Amino acid sequence: METSAAGGKMSVTALIGKKMGMTSVFDSSGSMVGVTVVQVDPNQVLGLRTQERDGYEAVVLGMGTRRATRTRKPQLVAAEKAGLAGEPQVVREVRARGGGEIEIGSSISVGDVFEAGQYVDLVGTSIGKGFQGTVKRHNFSLGPRSHGSKNYREPGSTGQATYPGRVFKGKKMPGQMGNKRRTNRNVRVVAVDAEKGLVLVAGSVPGADTSVVLVRHATARKQSGNTKSKV
Amino acid sequence: MRKMSEVETPYLRSEPLDFEVGDTVDVGVIITETVEKRGKLEEKERVQVFNGIVIARGGAGVNESFTVRRIVAGEGVERVFPVHSPKLAYVKSKRKARVRRAKLYYLRDRSGKSARLRERIVVTATKKGKGAKRKATPTK
Repeated sequence: METSAAGGKMSVTALIGKKMGMTSVFDSSGSMVGVTVVQVDPNQVLGLRTQERDGYEAVVLGMGTRRATRTRKPQLVAAEKAGLAGEPQVVREVRARGGGEIEIGSSISVGDVFEAGQYVDLVGTSIGKGFQGTVKRHNFSLGPRSHGSKNYREPGSTGQATYPGRVFKGKKMPGQMGNKRRTNRNVRVVAVDAEKGLVLVAGSVPGADTSVVLVRHATARKQSGNTKSKV
Repeated sequence: MRKMSEVETPYLRSEPLDFEVGDTVDVGVIITETVEKRGKLEEKERVQVFNGIVIARGGAGVNESFTVRRIVAGEGVERVFPVHSPKLAYVKSKRKARVRRAKLYYLRDRSGKSARLRERIVVTATKKGKGAKRKATPTK
């Protein structure tokens, strides 16, 4: 298990999973750690991107199955080419290192990619909070609630005067909050249950329970025994 | 989707701890300390005992915990222990008390004589029978 994660034949750097929820567990030293449980069932290999043909190395992974009524024909054909019965629920491309040994139609499970103690990035879609004002969205201060004030949750001034005569780009204003792709970087893997396909990571993970999460080897951190994972 | 409780199961203790709110307990906590042994520093495990009254128990699954209160040098000290912590060596119930509520937070506002609880004597039948445990003082 460790050898494959350290650059053996299975050289995928990420897998697609589902956030299950949070709980606490005890680590090897006996202290309690808050963890998020990510269910990572074996991912199917749908295709390969090669240096010669595409200019980069990657593996196309699929997770789960889509309902027959929701299946799209082109994707179904592509899935059938990989030997699958139906279209996967989610399809993602992930970076691979020397992906020559990975075969289309094979499946990759957690134990092949992750091990306890390593660091990962978690990519998910944050919980949507709708159109929100500046107080909730950007932590602006509230105005005074009394003394004749009518400025309760207003954004206040958005700029200067005749010069520059415009609002600067990037000015924090009300708008859509959440429901955006977010990455939690350098998260410690507390435990891996290869049998049940579970990854327990310390702390929180973007998104609601049951939402899709990409678990990836940390890109901004040197991994012990995994130094080849430079992306 | 698997149930979250299934994830927690391996972290739960196999034998339940036998104590109730109001009990005076000895909590054996496993602590690691660095000891000097022949000029060498060595990590050693030993059991430290924390004695006091259980004033609350709450939570579910791995997050279940209980609070033990005692008076140390005139100052109230409370420690919260996770029930399923592998660092808990044992919890021994030394004395049971007649209590009427689940959380004894009112003890925090009391000191001295008024902070006592009335003892509940539990008679354990020596002969094996249906009522292995019988309360001498009825709860009501």
